[in-house]
Amino acid sequence: MNLTLNIWRQSDPESPGNFDVFNVSDVSPDMSFLEMLDVLNEGLIVHDEEPVAFDYDCREGICGACSLVINGSPHGPQKATTTCQLYMREFSDGEEVWIEPWRVGAFPVVRDLVVDRSAYDRILQAGGFVSVRTGAAPDGNTIPVPKDVADRAFTSATCIGCGACAAACPSASASLFVAAKISHLGLLPQGQTERNSRVRMMLAQMDKEGFGHCSNHAECQSACPKEIDIGRIARMNRDLGRSFIRRT
Amino acid sequence: MNAELVANDPTGPLENRWTKHRFDMALVNPANRKKYQVIVVGTGLAGGSAAATLGEMGYQVKSFCFQDSPRRAHSIAAQGGINAAKNYQNDGDSVWRLFYDTIKGGDFRSRESNTYRLAEISVNIIDQAVAQGVPFAREYSGLLANRSFGGAQVSRTFYARGQTGQQLLLGAYQALNRQIAAGSVTLFPRTEMLELIVIDGRARGIVTRNLVDGKIESHTADCVVLCTGGYGNAYYLSTNAKGCNTSAAWRAHRHGAYFANPCFTQIHPTCIPQSGAYQSKLTLMSESLRNDGRVWAPIASAAQADNAADISEDQRDYFLERRYPAFGNLVPRDIASRAAKEVCDENRGVGPEVNGKRLGVYLDFSEAIDRLGESAIRERYGNLFEMYERITGESPYRTPMRIYPAIHYAMGGLWVDYNLMTSIDGLFATGECNFSDHGANRLGASALMQGLADGYFIVPYSVGNFLARHQAGDIANDHAAVADAVRNVRDRIKRLLNAPDAKHPPEYFHRKVGQILWDHCSMTRDPADLRTALKQFPPLRDQFWREVKVTGSGEAFNQTLERAGRIADFLELGELMCLDALDREESCGSHARTDHVTAEGEAKRDDENYSYVAAWEFSGDCSAPILHKEQLRFEFVHPSVRSYK
Repeated sequence: MNLTLNIWRQSDPESPGNFDVFNVSDVSPDMSFLEMLDVLNEGLIVHDEEPVAFDYDCREGICGACSLVINGSPHGPQKATTTCQLYMREFSDGEEVWIEPWRVGAFPVVRDLVVDRSAYDRILQAGGFVSVRTGAAPDGNTIPVPKDVADRAFTSATCIGCGACAAACPSASASLFVAAKISHLGLLPQGQTERNSRVRMMLAQMDKEGFGHCSNHAECQSACPKEIDIGRIARMNRDLGRSFIRRT
Repeated sequence: MNAELVANDPTGPLENRWTKHRFDMALVNPANRKKYQVIVVGTGLAGGSAAATLGEMGYQVKSFCFQDSPRRAHSIAAQGGINAAKNYQNDGDSVWRLFYDTIKGGDFRSRESNTYRLAEISVNIIDQAVAQGVPFAREYSGLLANRSFGGAQVSRTFYARGQTGQQLLLGAYQALNRQIAAGSVTLFPRTEMLELIVIDGRARGIVTRNLVDGKIESHTADCVVLCTGGYGNAYYLSTNAKGCNTSAAWRAHRHGAYFANPCFTQIHPTCIPQSGAYQSKLTLMSESLRNDGRVWAPIASAAQADNAADISEDQRDYFLERRYPAFGNLVPRDIASRAAKEVCDENRGVGPEVNGKRLGVYLDFSEAIDRLGESAIRERYGNLFEMYERITGESPYRTPMRIYPAIHYAMGGLWVDYNLMTSIDGLFATGECNFSDHGANRLGASALMQGLADGYFIVPYSVGNFLARHQAGDIANDHAAVADAVRNVRDRIKRLLNAPDAKHPPEYFHRKVGQILWDHCSMTRDPADLRTALKQFPPLRDQFWREVKVTGSGEAFNQTLERAGRIADFLELGELMCLDALDREESCGSHARTDHVTAEGEAKRDDENYSYVAAWEFSGDCSAPILHKEQLRFEFVHPSVRSYK
């Protein structure tokens, strides 16, 4: 099939950007979206033009590197799917496609479609861990964890840190990302000791990075490729309130 | 030539060796640790855990990754699980049994001391991960769940649905984050190591390129730890992430670090078959699927059909169950892979034709769904089934999956001694980057175990042992060796950007080297083919440096330049892989040599002549490396012939 691509180009964080138009032909429906861009880029290189920069790595939906807004939706039209797992059979011949980077103030554009997501790392550095030294752990079966609790912790822990939640949010909030980690660790017995300080420090860092606050639009859970739900945000808010009245 | 390599492993009873060795190692006084600088390259399971632990111990650690965040290292994609000899299932497992299974799985081409230590430490890893909040699967009792995995006859594999690597990596990443916040680890994301700095025979630093602004920088330290993963991407199509590369290890090799068993690469039997020529990578389906899926193909080429449903039960050949009745669908990876390839070579493959051949076999869950119900299967493999459907447009709940082998893991890597130190003083290599524990083939669920054993529990001790014997000391930035290394990096970038007859994008060359390796140096190897392959490398390298086209500049974000540099190293490593494959005149582990098979067509090992680690030294000429042999001695196990019949 043939497509018209409108792709955001920006040479560095300071320069203004603009959309460039590319016409691609002979796109196979079995290609992934990123493979379609690979083919475009190889052609550009051959014709002495600068290829389009975009982040990618595992190409199996788990590393969280890929990050494109496709036709207005982070990771494109398909539910529960990262850009790298989006296949061209989701598009139709002759379609016009708009490709942009995450639009979040706290994720400045590095080049073209690549953004700087180190703010997410810094939020986790503020408290997204259990303070246990290497070698200081008791036997793994010492503390039983009810299966339903372990399963809920797991589903929260499946966050890949891609940034789609903030990119989808009208307030550019990182609430779903932060709440996923708060829930993961807060549900487990191992995470109880630092539960109060964790929620406060991570949220303080989220503010400091310039993310907005949750405004209950729930766009984040629609965009999340791992389908993490906004119930976690409610839980995080409860944990924040709880932290002011309970010591542990 | 052929100087004997010394592994520096302890002697005495196997079960006491690591304990004894730890006692014999020198320690750095806690108050002195902050004077030492340690560079850790890579932030996967091995690198993340090593940097976190070394930082926690009090060393000044610099941690580097080429990705935008440490959490994106390719360990994140490991699906199946992690082995540990906990015997929680009371099915007769023990450290000895895990050790024996690992050394046997590696077809008796790994060191007893190292492999035993790995099995011994396995239990600590689970404890550590649980304490970090890694949400392993649990039983209704609330205790940890296990499954049997990839040929094991005990249930010793811990897992977190099909995302065990992700959860373990996030555990290590959290530990790393804690140290970054504490100031003991300084993180350098989007920073790629392009050169090793060696001073007086000792590794003293690295030269990096900042991938955002192109800045070339030198970083010096008291020692360097490489945790940079495997080189499966040499084959172009593999299950590795696109960024996985050999460059850090290869730079070290060119400085004198021996490269061990480069031809030992693992082919994974359960990957989604290629759909077309533009394929950029292959996706792995966890081999845990083989616990409940049955592998089959049409009994004859005449019975081939576009849909599985059109092939009647009596026309189906469950070839693994037929050939290996004891292990059936759970035979080791190499056996399952070769069997699938043989079936396709006999024109009995399934799925769409690519270049005139159907390259795939079925992995069928219909019986398991009938027996256990769809919800039980969804609970076990839900995310894998979804992934498969997203890629192929077919639902494995309704039609059988199609699978085909793909390159998945590199058992070979930098040669290391028992302390995980390479043949360069002060240069350590851990995880997939080294060659150490998996011999000629790796058991399923053992890669995560090795990465974390090395990173949390071994290299922090051996780094201390090394540093205790050396004064902490700074290297001036204008030291001649530093300046030389920086100049080498700049010159190489300049060459990549200015090829005289630039016309092909770097991927053109990557596909070429990949095709040579897949055709001649994958699961079946023929000596005549290997000789043909070897002739192709020098002209391909010449063509690369003459015709590679890299647009843009070196002083900006430039992904084409990044890829070109990595491909240049694959073009050199590929030749070494073929040389090693030609030298090893036996069928062993993951590969079979056409001239060394039994009358029934099964692989034939040669313990008398090839029970050694082939450690290659760079000679200055990629086509003529120097072979050093580390003889493997088996005091506790008797190398037996594997039989899965």
